[in-house]
Amino acid sequence: MSGKTLYDKIWDDHVVQEDADGTCLLYIDRHLVHEVTSPQAFEGLRMAGRKVRAPEKTIAVPDHNVPTTAGREDPASMPDDSRVQVAALDTNAKEFGIHYYPVSDVRQGIVHIVGPEQGWTLPGMTVVCGDSHTATHGAFGALAHGIGTSEVEHVLATQTLIQKKSKNMKVEITGKLRPGVTAKDITLSVIGATGTAGGTGYVIEYCGEAIRDLSMEGRMTVCNMAIEGGARAGLIAPDEKTFEYCKGRPHAPKGAAWEAAVAYWKTLFSDDDAHWDKVITLKGEDIAPVVTWGTSPEDVLPITATVPAPDSFKGGKVEAAKRAIEYMGLEAGQKLTDIQIDTVFIGSCTNGRIEDLRAAAQILKGKKVKDGMRAMVVPGSGLVRAQAEEEGLAQIFIDAGFEWRLAGCSMCLAMNPDQLAPGERCAATSNRNFEGRQGRGGRTHLVSPAMAAAAAITGHLTDVREMI
Amino acid sequence: MEKFEKLSGIAAPMPLVNIDTDMIIPKQFLKTIKRSGLGVNLFDEMRYDNDGNEIPDFVLNKPQYRQAQILVAGDNFGCGSSREHAPWALADFGIRCVISTSFADIFFNNCFKNGILPIVMPQEVVDVLMNDAEKGANARIEVDLEAQTVTTSDGQSFAFEVDAFKKHCLMNGLDDIGLTMEKASAIDSFEAKAAAARPWA
Ligand code: SF4
Repeated sequence: MSGKTLYDKIWDDHVVQEDADGTCLLYIDRHLVHEVTSPQAFEGLRMAGRKVRAPEKTIAVPDHNVPTTAGREDPASMPDDSRVQVAALDTNAKEFGIHYYPVSDVRQGIVHIVGPEQGWTLPGMTVVCGDSHTATHGAFGALAHGIGTSEVEHVLATQTLIQKKSKNMKVEITGKLRPGVTAKDITLSVIGATGTAGGTGYVIEYCGEAIRDLSMEGRMTVCNMAIEGGARAGLIAPDEKTFEYCKGRPHAPKGAAWEAAVAYWKTLFSDDDAHWDKVITLKGEDIAPVVTWGTSPEDVLPITATVPAPDSFKGGKVEAAKRAIEYMGLEAGQKLTDIQIDTVFIGSCTNGRIEDLRAAAQILKGKKVKDGMRAMVVPGSGLVRAQAEEEGLAQIFIDAGFEWRLAGCSMCLAMNPDQLAPGERCAATSNRNFEGRQGRGGRTHLVSPAMAAAAAITGHLTDVREMI
Repeated sequence: MEKFEKLSGIAAPMPLVNIDTDMIIPKQFLKTIKRSGLGVNLFDEMRYDNDGNEIPDFVLNKPQYRQAQILVAGDNFGCGSSREHAPWALADFGIRCVISTSFADIFFNNCFKNGILPIVMPQEVVDVLMNDAEKGANARIEVDLEAQTVTTSDGQSFAFEVDAFKKHCLMNGLDDIGLTMEKASAIDSFEAKAAAARPWA
């Protein structure tokens, strides 16, 4: 019998019951909740007279709708429908007795940043949220994925999910990254190599020297975008860096419980003889700073490349590329570094953590954004914001001409006041470049925080390696 | 979930093919906090003009169909986006059963999660039921889930197929949650075991 993968181990430790056809009832250790996908689930509980089975394992935070400007505690700062969704979360959190971080709390932020920060996310756990970027938490060696509203209700009521197991995929990044290359470039390059459906049906484990070398922040960036590669979840085996990050967090175990936890966490790795259904290997040295040129995260190229010709693709992708180039207002053969930018957005659950802000600030220090540039930094949580202020990063951003915002999803999606106008072009550190994602008619180029900072200074997509 | 055993109700005819979930509930209603309350926006863009006035010709605006509980519809009902808001809107309006020659897969499954019975019938039976539905409020169609039959107002009866497990759930008002709650003792013992092995979780 072959050994087990990390995914196999976590899965096996959470099966409550298995049917003959392989359908399992899987126990959920942490349930994260935000305001958009949860109201109907709570209403369902109420109508059926049910309770939240494990309120102590359920954490709620509003993030998608909330404005990121001062004065947002005033409900009048939101349009009616957003205000109602946020107010519903307030009420539900109170009524059902779950942990809650309202906008007035300094710990509020994007749900996928708050979870790890508060020590809710720990290695070996199962973590779900009514949100596809729940994959982020896989950076801790936790099995984490998004679910629909009916499933949110199912987890609230039963603390379990009905699931069938996915297949195992290994993505190995060997060797070292070159200067100027970051976790974002790794995760985008993997999607570029596999396509947005390359991970469909799989749970990915990222491994290799370049992954081990990443900080926890970088690992979260990598796992965050597992979903853009089509995978159910992304995982990275926990190690000393993971334990170091978790230690002392408000909801991490303490004392003897900590020691016991670490002993268990150290068993969480894929055995040498584990079976993989699919293996992808990239060399760390081969990865360049990348940008997306199209309207799918797989439309990714090194910054030194040119906009591709649609007929360089095959099958249905030819039409899709044509449509993308037209939507993006580009021309085949155009150098990516010639693409002019009018907006820069640094933030989101992909790149809204302290290390991301440090990377951007390092490029911006002593510089100014291009005249007319609309540039904003939206820290992923109130605590990231506070730390960045303490480290002097906020001042660097402000001096450079960036808006320094409060925490939330902000311009990652057009559901709050931060949106692109039609035809506006943004270098964004978020994760989706779909048509209209940042506002109807808006154009998004996905980049790392350092690349976003470089573009803010020059006014066009820029190879950050020329600035370091 | 509300049980579904027998239903005798008014059937509204919607002979259109490919009625998609965007037509059933347009995207501007997804920023809601409720499953309930979507009934007034069911088929919103077909049902109301730009000023929000009812379009009198639309079937559910006609006096005889305002209380409809059954839809008889054209091929491929419920295609498009997977939004669970579509069955929520139908159920909230009062629709408990949709009869068509075929359904989109996700919509079909979502129906069962929301107490709605989707029935697949061959074209010739749908034609008969469509004609019966055209008769208006006096023509009540009877759906008997236990016996797996649909009976027209003039007494013609047709058998239909339904997955045994899904039938069991609908008849007993069991949703996934209800079923999992029947396994509460397994969850309890798992929790006890896990609490001993991983007390920090
Ligand atoms: S930051 Fe963007 S991707 Fe992340 S949870 Fe918010 S909206 Fe979703």
